[in-house]
Amino acid sequence: MNNADRKWLWIWGAVVLVALVVLPFLVKNYRVFQFNLVLVYAIAVLGLNVLTGYNGQISLGHGAFYAIGAYVAAVLMDRAGIPYWATLPVAGLVCFVLGFLMGFPALRLEGHYLALATFALALAVPQLLKFKKIEGWTGGVQGIVLNKPDPPFTFSLFGQPLNPDRWLYFFTLLVAVIMFLLAWNLLRGRVGRALIAIRDHPIAATAMGINLPMFKSLTFGVSAAFTGVAGALGAVVVAFVSPDSFTVFLSITFLVGVVIGGLASIPGAIFGAIFIQFVPNIADQISKSAPWAIYGVFLIGFMYLMPTGVMGMIHTVRARLRRGAARPSGQR
Amino acid sequence: MKLKHLGLAVAAMAAATIGNAALAQKKYDPGATDKEIKVGNIMPYSGPASAYGAIGKAIGAYFDKVNAEGGINGRMVKYVSLDDGYNPAKTVEQARKLVEEDEVLLLFQTLGTPPNSAIHKYMNSKKVPQLFVATGATKWGDPKGFPWTMGWQPNYQSEAKIYAAHILETKPNAKIAVLYQNDDYGKDYLKGFEDGLGDKAKTMIVSKLSYEVTDPTVDSQMVSLKASGADTFFNITTPKFAAQAIKKAAELGWKPAHYLNSVSNAVGAVLTPAGIDNSIGIITAGYIKDPTDPQFQKGKEYDDWVAWMKKYNASADMKDNFNVYGYTVAQTLVQVLKQAGDNLTRENIMKQAASLDMTLPMLLPGVNVKTGPDDFYPIEREQLMKFNGKTWELFGKVYGR
Repeated sequence: MNNADRKWLWIWGAVVLVALVVLPFLVKNYRVFQFNLVLVYAIAVLGLNVLTGYNGQISLGHGAFYAIGAYVAAVLMDRAGIPYWATLPVAGLVCFVLGFLMGFPALRLEGHYLALATFALALAVPQLLKFKKIEGWTGGVQGIVLNKPDPPFTFSLFGQPLNPDRWLYFFTLLVAVIMFLLAWNLLRGRVGRALIAIRDHPIAATAMGINLPMFKSLTFGVSAAFTGVAGALGAVVVAFVSPDSFTVFLSITFLVGVVIGGLASIPGAIFGAIFIQFVPNIADQISKSAPWAIYGVFLIGFMYLMPTGVMGMIHTVRARLRRGAARPSGQR
Repeated sequence: MKLKHLGLAVAAMAAATIGNAALAQKKYDPGATDKEIKVGNIMPYSGPASAYGAIGKAIGAYFDKVNAEGGINGRMVKYVSLDDGYNPAKTVEQARKLVEEDEVLLLFQTLGTPPNSAIHKYMNSKKVPQLFVATGATKWGDPKGFPWTMGWQPNYQSEAKIYAAHILETKPNAKIAVLYQNDDYGKDYLKGFEDGLGDKAKTMIVSKLSYEVTDPTVDSQMVSLKASGADTFFNITTPKFAAQAIKKAAELGWKPAHYLNSVSNAVGAVLTPAGIDNSIGIITAGYIKDPTDPQFQKGKEYDDWVAWMKKYNASADMKDNFNVYGYTVAQTLVQVLKQAGDNLTRENIMKQAASLDMTLPMLLPGVNVKTGPDDFYPIEREQLMKFNGKTWELFGKVYGR
């Protein structure tokens, strides 16, 4: 990266930052709520991308970790009166441990078999949440209704006050930035290269001295922790959890987000999240009779136009532009 | 889409007539104007519960008819129905869209207990009516705690009380076995049943067993219930387990007086897989007319329904009970809006919803819609029916308040 590139990066970074700060004050509350969900889903999709995109392990069960994260947050807030922000690390930790344990069988199961094992997890968790021995904590099928946190201070911008939704937007944004930086730090160095090596050629990776069992289990744990934090944030934003919120379909939705955004791409998670948040709404507006058919058309269309996801396409376009720009300067 | 065009076309017509009413005292909350009333709705058009989507479409088709006939007090009903896929998180999003962005006057017939639970607090804190929700849970009738929420269909507890009353009348010394699903819904029914039996509940109920939704079968429970020596069986189960219970009872050669909750009284989904012969004599309760029952396939009321189905809801299934349900519940809302007159504030909507007393064409004879400031349970009457090997046959009097 040369100096001119770096300068532009700073300028664009500043523009994006200002846009992100001003954005919630330009739209209605309900849109802010949708943006919050996009940020939450982006963290969850990022978590799954660490596992699937970078490490090549397919999980159809990340909805389960999302659910566990959400319930950890909800139970802590509702029963123990713990403030919402303090529930996130707990949810992350619980999911890390569970994910790590889930990672053990993952060592023996490859590809499709792992996908099925995690699928079983996604099927089981919503039903386990209804289990009567823990009903006192989880509220059974009723779920738990939470209160939205109030902003710690108030001010107005463009005549729009900082209300609970806008405050949560900034809180979610902050958490998302931290999670993305964590992922970036983790994946750009030795660990990231080790994960990719395991994905591309496990035997060669072992030969190079990578501890395969440890790395695979840890990846599962980290991935689950990201999704768990997203679940906890999701519970705070939606202010309600119930077993029916976390069906198998949620897990598949995350996988769709990963693939649409672009496998093994950190910023791709944001595009994936935008897709899973907004495309079902668009499909519903187009047809009440067959919203899923419309959704399917969108999905196929996306995959046809961008077989490597949104980020894949951006890379291709940029590479093509570079080549185009490089040729005349080379002739000079 | 069709709805929007229609709305535009008739809105133009309505604009011409506004002059007359200009002098009257008019009061509006968001979602109501001189020309239209915006009604929001959330339905599972996609996902596992998408069969219920038929209700949402039937309601829209009924409002099409109302609008084509001049609207309500000269105002068109603008019906905004969104999909939540039976996912409570999505319900919250859609409810907020309807209230904050589309600015509807009220939410109507949002479907399912978990989705409605998710927005219960929100709607009441926003003071926007959450009217005639499509679930039988008893908690929707709490005018003190949640004055902006009201149910519609008979709640589980009052249905259970009807079975209790019938048992007390016909078999006062019955020995009763109860099988119930261990969740809100099952417990709601059980509570109503025990309340209905009153002091005799302790002695009459000889055995009550529960199952989890996660259980594969209820076979072992059925064996124990039979062993209790009961001669009457109250079956509080969802469709899959209801079919298992009916079948197992027959296999065990247990022939109690069998009461089946209305949740599982579908002939196709429950009685057929359980075995039609095994199902003869089972008793359940109903409150709307079954369009496939020959005894109701005559008269003006049925003809009106058929005419509406053919003209406005042509793609829907004539055999589907949800089309009767949607038609009837939409009529209830139309009555509320009519009563509200030109005072279309959210407060007045709730006030009018809490002062209904009427019958509707496709409700069973004797069943009515009645509410009061302390009574947020619109339909509380039901009639018992017995399965004759083909259809449910109504018998006896109409029960309930």
